[in-house]
Amino acid sequence: MNNGFEPQIVAFTCNWCSYAAADLAGTSRIPYPPNVRIIRVMCSGMVDPIYVLRAFEAGFDGVLVAGCHIGDCHYISGNVKAEDRIAKLRRLLHTLGVEDERLRLEWISAAEGGGFAETIKELVGQLKELGPSPFRKETAA
Amino acid sequence: MTLEHIVKETKAFYCLACGKCSGLCPVSRYDPAYSPRVLVGNALLGLEEDLVRDRELFSCLTCYACRPKCPSGVDFPLFTRRVRALASASGEHGDCAHSGILQSLVRLMSSSSVKPNRLEWVPQTCRVSQQSEVLFFVGCAPYFDPLFEDLGVRTLDIAKASLRILNHLGIEPMLLPDERCCGHDALWTGDVETFGRLAERNAAAIREAGAKRIIFSCAECYRTFKEDYRDYLSPDCELQHVSEALAQAVEKNGLKFRELNMKVSFHDPCRLGRHLGIYDDPRKVIKSIPGIELAEMEQSQEESLCCGTSAFTNCGVYSKQIRIDRLLEAKATGAHTLITSCPKCQIHFKCAMVSKGEEKGPDIEIETMDLVNLVADALGEREPDE
Repeated sequence: MNNGFEPQIVAFTCNWCSYAAADLAGTSRIPYPPNVRIIRVMCSGMVDPIYVLRAFEAGFDGVLVAGCHIGDCHYISGNVKAEDRIAKLRRLLHTLGVEDERLRLEWISAAEGGGFAETIKELVGQLKELGPSPFRKETAA
Repeated sequence: MTLEHIVKETKAFYCLACGKCSGLCPVSRYDPAYSPRVLVGNALLGLEEDLVRDRELFSCLTCYACRPKCPSGVDFPLFTRRVRALASASGEHGDCAHSGILQSLVRLMSSSSVKPNRLEWVPQTCRVSQQSEVLFFVGCAPYFDPLFEDLGVRTLDIAKASLRILNHLGIEPMLLPDERCCGHDALWTGDVETFGRLAERNAAAIREAGAKRIIFSCAECYRTFKEDYRDYLSPDCELQHVSEALAQAVEKNGLKFRELNMKVSFHDPCRLGRHLGIYDDPRKVIKSIPGIELAEMEQSQEESLCCGTSAFTNCGVYSKQIRIDRLLEAKATGAHTLITSCPKCQIHFKCAMVSKGEEKGPDIEIETMDLVNLVADALGEREPDE
């Protein structure tokens, strides 16, 4: 069914851990699918739910929010706030009819280049199974 | 629609520049930059560009306070709505509160390929039937619930109480699994395309379900269906607000209410009151509950003050000041609880109370409650956790 379907993903990665992890994945030459557009943010706690909704409106199939492990946040508790926000947003998206897998929250430290690559691989696999986002046909450019 | 059409349709060319609208506008009272008279004046001068780029265009609460008072019969709220559609077409929008989540949600909801999971909140103890000819239009409660629970407004409790009341009245309503936002906010902020898509989907779902009567608990959905769905919905479909259904039941056989000893005040939502002229039904219902004392605020019914924000747009210090004024009026009645019939009024009031923060200001804390929650309580149909 999903022959040739390549999901598009936006990843919001925090400056201090997850972006560095993506960087490490690159410098360590760990391969991962090229379906992800990375946006560096200062902290996962600054990812407003509207960023995620706008990504879906723009036709993206999945969104990854990645930050430091709980307890390791550069700003002490930004990731705790992110967790709380994403949980609420998840309820909203569920009601809206968006599958849970399309929004992923992951803690990836700066040392986990492999972890970052794994997360992207897994997410791409899941999204290929799910197929295009329900908003893609109408809103994708 | 061109500006010329708008001026003709809303009779703006009759404007005498008397300034009655600006004199009684709750926004103009606080926001010196906002004046309905000036906006109409600019339209008459043909200054379309100025009008469309004016960020005050989105400050109007569309509360209808000015509409009945205009000596020339200019329909200023409709004028605002139409000019906003012009502005929206050229990419302008107001300052969206909550970073625009609510506007984005509505746009996402208008997509045809999405299958919402809307009905998971329905309590086991409530009876619903997909064969029923009566439809209960839930509105945005399932979306507002996670967004505003921190404020202490549980919009799903309003939906649950409405269901319990309908069951108590012997109605087993049907619920639409594919219900969409009624499109009220999209329409009033100028996003007519999204509104059109939502209205078509809702009307199609209602036709398919074969509903003959639709009951609403939200004042905004009710107004939108009654006034703005005329081109979409069959005219045989009977529309009713839950307060009207309750008032009828009270008149017919008298509902058996338990005694509730409390003093309350009723805030008329603009959409139910001035937009549709329903002032008496909610009051009749409240007064029929034994033990309840209804204290009217200084400005009530036709003169009622708006809750201060509309369509989650251009919310700021001025709109907060309006809310504080309204809450002070409510407190001045000595009432313990402020009853209203629109979930958004409650959200905006609670928001003003919570966001008060450190600033020193007047005490505006008061309980707020939806009419249906009060009635469900009086009917003994309220579950402890709702």
